Amino acid sequence: MDAQTVIAKRIALELRDGMLVNLGIGIPTQVANFVPPGIHVYFQSENGLIGTGPIPEEAMAQPRLTDAGGRPVTAIPGACAFDSAFSFGLIRGGHVDVTVLGGLQVDERGLLANWMIPGKMVPGMGGAMDLACGAKRVVVAMQHSAKGKPKIVRQCLLPLTSSRPIDLLVTELAVIAQVDGRLRLLETAPGVTVVQVLAATEAKLEVPATVPTMPIE
Amino acid sequence: MQTTTVEDAVSRIPDGASLMVGGFMGVGTPERLMDELVRQGKRNLTVIANDTAMPGVGIGKLVRANLLRKVITSHIGLNPETQKKMIAGELEVELVPQGTLIERIRCAGYGLGGVLTPTGVGTVVEEGKRKLEVNGREYLLETALHADFALVQAFVADYLGNLTYVLTARNFNPVIAMAATIVIADAEHIVPVGMISPDHVITPAVIVDYLVARA
Repeated sequence: MDAQTVIAKRIALELRDGMLVNLGIGIPTQVANFVPPGIHVYFQSENGLIGTGPIPEEAMAQPRLTDAGGRPVTAIPGACAFDSAFSFGLIRGGHVDVTVLGGLQVDERGLLANWMIPGKMVPGMGGAMDLACGAKRVVVAMQHSAKGKPKIVRQCLLPLTSSRPIDLLVTELAVIAQVDGRLRLLETAPGVTVVQVLAATEAKLEVPATVPTMPIE
Repeated sequence: MQTTTVEDAVSRIPDGASLMVGGFMGVGTPERLMDELVRQGKRNLTVIANDTAMPGVGIGKLVRANLLRKVITSHIGLNPETQKKMIAGELEVELVPQGTLIERIRCAGYGLGGVLTPTGVGTVVEEGKRKLEVNGREYLLETALHADFALVQAFVADYLGNLTYVLTARNFNPVIAMAATIVIADAEHIVPVGMISPDHVITPAVIVDYLVARA
């Protein structure tokens, strides 16, 4: 299983029936492919839709029905459309149960940096700051390291997305929770040891006596 | 409300004007108005919009043709031409969180001086802004954002200028229609009055100044 699939499958297990869920671009988008059977969630697309469905079949795309990246999507029965002010009312107002965001760095207080690398990449924050600030639960999906350098660091050097800490971080090696401003190792990926996780992590991690394996297949 | 041609509507926009433009990654952007702005060679425009779309698409057409002095937007990540011009100092880019941007526009349209939002507290976004504590929580004071023109893309307009939108092409359109001195609307379909049920009108005709006729 590749890194992105491990992350997406594990995050999908956080979804509960009836939730309103916003998925960011990149690895987070893949979470939609692994929603457990029997669980029905509503995906919000911040460009103005609740009930975003799968990518349409070829030649069936509707150019006025897209995701936040501008790619054609479908709308499931029961979907609804709205303007951007309402869309961010849902986000800031705490109506989104879970947001899954990509990450560049997460630090040991649980703070996230995910929107720019000064002098190198300045795409703009889009809706990330509102999501990180307003969603009921913030889950970060990111690779554990970038080119051998840890992304889970003592302190974020990149500009922060929010002063509010994230709730959960899932990488291809581990599941890590933010509890009272500290990071706690909850699970390791299949075939990964606690020692391996700690070696790839710069931030201090609390390690409980037993650390189960991610329940993914 | 007055019906007009695309040439006439755009000729009313002077160089140096500020424009709010509907659309999200080009979806729901009035492309005919974008093309005509380029054809008429406007200069020094300020654009307020969610994003600058992709190169050569929607607002990306204005970027490519060097019509813009400044952009106030939330995302330029899918338009490398905007990023290149920003880095070269040819285009001023003010980045605003998306929820804050739309809410600042809404404030202008609704007669409010600004809004208190928790978004951006403790980040670079708070620089130079007033911070207020309300009931124990910190907020940034984000001020209203008004423009000279709103360029709106509707799905259906009636002969009076009542507008409806479709799916994710709605986005910023109905909000910017409230926040500009002059509203120019384009619509994919123009239908007789009465065909849009009163309950389904999103932007009332009294808000619209010019409706661009179908060619």
